[in-house]
Amino acid sequence: MSSPLTALRGFGRFWYDFVVGDDWRVALGVVVALAAAYGLVKAGINAWWLPPVAVVALLGLSLRRVVRGARRG
Amino acid sequence: MTSWVLFLTVFLACSVEAVEALTIVLAAGTTRHWGSALQGTGAALVALAATVAVLGPAVAQIPLDALRLVVGALLLVFGMQWLRKAVMRGSGYKALHDEAAAYAEEVEAARAAETGGRGRVRDWYAFTLAFKGTFLEGLEVAFIVVTFGNNQRDVPVAVLGAVVAVVLVTAVGFAVRSPLAQVPENTMKFAVGTMLTSFGVFWSTEGAGAHWPGSDTSLLVLVPVVALVAAGYTAVLRHGNTPTSSVAVGSGATVEGSLT
Repeated sequence: MSSPLTALRGFGRFWYDFVVGDDWRVALGVVVALAAAYGLVKAGINAWWLPPVAVVALLGLSLRRVVRGARRG
Repeated sequence: MTSWVLFLTVFLACSVEAVEALTIVLAAGTTRHWGSALQGTGAALVALAATVAVLGPAVAQIPLDALRLVVGALLLVFGMQWLRKAVMRGSGYKALHDEAAAYAEEVEAARAAETGGRGRVRDWYAFTLAFKGTFLEGLEVAFIVVTFGNNQRDVPVAVLGAVVAVVLVTAVGFAVRSPLAQVPENTMKFAVGTMLTSFGVFWSTEGAGAHWPGSDTSLLVLVPVVALVAAGYTAVLRHGNTPTSSVAVGSGATVEGSLT
């Protein structure tokens, strides 16, 4: 009876895992950084430096969460 | 980006996924029924080809700036997933991917499953196992082929890289008749993660309207910088994660089911 719902959930879960992956904060951070870069460009600032800085910071923060999680558990 | 860089990036990404798909197909074939496993693999390859055939022209219709912003952002998220796992594996926070162990798990599950066929497929379990393994591992590669190929306006080279990788891995896998446990998978994932992240950040930044100093030549700086940052994170994490530490390989089980 619930198989269409289960299938829909599975489908949604698959695409979430495929696009967002293990750490949703990284995906959100990328979107925010690109939106900020777009906003700065519209304001006349060539913000090419913002996304690379965001990548370094997001990767570092994500890895720090892994280390902290491992130490806790 | 030269054709060689495009070819090499797609080739490496596809090789990693092909090794994982081959492990599953070998498990289905050797323990269940080779014919059904090969039917499943063939059906998955047809489904992947159809996906590329539909997505390719559709993606080509998107204006270049919008394509670079959206696709660059997706590649960036993918690339950071690959890099994150490569750093975790390289520093001991996640177990190295063991194709021999993965193969043993698949074999055990396949032996325990029920037998039975449907239509022309004699063993439905072997068919679906091979289909899922090939399709899921191939979907990310299909995305890379379509996006890299369209961004560089050179889809044939991207397709060639994917085809060469699949043929090579398949030929070696069937020649040795065992999972390819000796492939330096984490090194390849590190390289692919570096390339996806570098091109993702390059294209998405251009898509957001910013201009890189030196235009395309900035990639010659961006790629080594991303590799150095990831290598640096690996070294720092490895330094804090000694073999006697209780956190070594501790968090490895949290990312099961991921495509990378």
